[in-house]
Amino acid sequence: MAKVRGAIVVDVEKCKGCGVCVPACPQEVISLAKEVNGKGYHYAYMNKPEDCIGCANCAIVCPDGVISVYKVKLDN
Amino acid sequence: MDFKDIIKPENLVYRRSSLLTDKPFSYCPGCGHGTIHRLIMEVVEELGIQEITVGIAPVGCSVLAYEFMNMDMQQAAHGRAPALATALKRLMPDKYIFTYQGDGDLAAIGTAETIHACNRGENIIIFFVNNGIYGMTGGQMAPTTLPGMPASTCPFGRDVNIMGNPLKITELVAQLPGVHFATRQSVHTPRNVRRAKKAIQMAFEVQKNKKGTSFVEFVSNCNSGWKLSPVAANEWMEQHMFPFYPLGDIKVDGNLVTK
Repeated sequence: MAKVRGAIVVDVEKCKGCGVCVPACPQEVISLAKEVNGKGYHYAYMNKPEDCIGCANCAIVCPDGVISVYKVKLDN
Repeated sequence: MDFKDIIKPENLVYRRSSLLTDKPFSYCPGCGHGTIHRLIMEVVEELGIQEITVGIAPVGCSVLAYEFMNMDMQQAAHGRAPALATALKRLMPDKYIFTYQGDGDLAAIGTAETIHACNRGENIIIFFVNNGIYGMTGGQMAPTTLPGMPASTCPFGRDVNIMGNPLKITELVAQLPGVHFATRQSVHTPRNVRRAKKAIQMAFEVQKNKKGTSFVEFVSNCNSGWKLSPVAANEWMEQHMFPFYPLGDIKVDGNLVTK
């Protein structure tokens, strides 16, 4: 049913795991990982990638600018 | 469709501004400085004025702003960024000049430079990041600390009878005739980020048209100084900072906004 699908790419090594992107996501797609990156932070990742709509809300509040957003429109 | 099929260069809708260096920000996790750096660089990138823009870094947490902003930068003595900006703008009137200052820098040691630069109507932009505390040096009380707010030099909260009242510097400079545009924004939610970006665009527009000083305040968090998690610090900011520092435009097109 979804007409728009999105995906985010997190620069895992630069993510500081602040979690500001988590409440910013309207679809509750993002969670903080149980694993840690090289700095010891629980980095952000897409927990429910099928729900992402590519709105870029997470990316524009990210203080470290580590999120890139991709978006496609589906015809059917 | 698997999400990996979406991640292709032609589907890219948002990425980190190319005017930021690859160096990771030195700020604490969740600090608003990073978001504000990103927004300013996005606006400079969209206007295509990287070659003719000079930024001035302050003393404070953002003293290393020149490490992250990939353009011409200067670093001023503590609080003296508006004085340096005045010199740069008068020597090179065709360049876009902005200063980036925190509340300890702008509202404490640099009050004189700030007020006089604004009063002269220097054609510069002043970005003012207000987190109510001296973040870099360990969370001491700043002129902008709220009444009753604890800090490392007032652990029982700011007592206004002894320590005086907080300074609303944006309202103060908005009274000066040289200031053309004064606004207060925040960057903790997507909606506020979009509004803040519009304010930054407006400030560069004012400087392009040589109308006078633009003063853009950002109410920001200091989760290390406030001893809160980043998300809790943003909630605390909404509950406590915004009633005292209300968001919105204070002066537009040289006229005070009446509420």
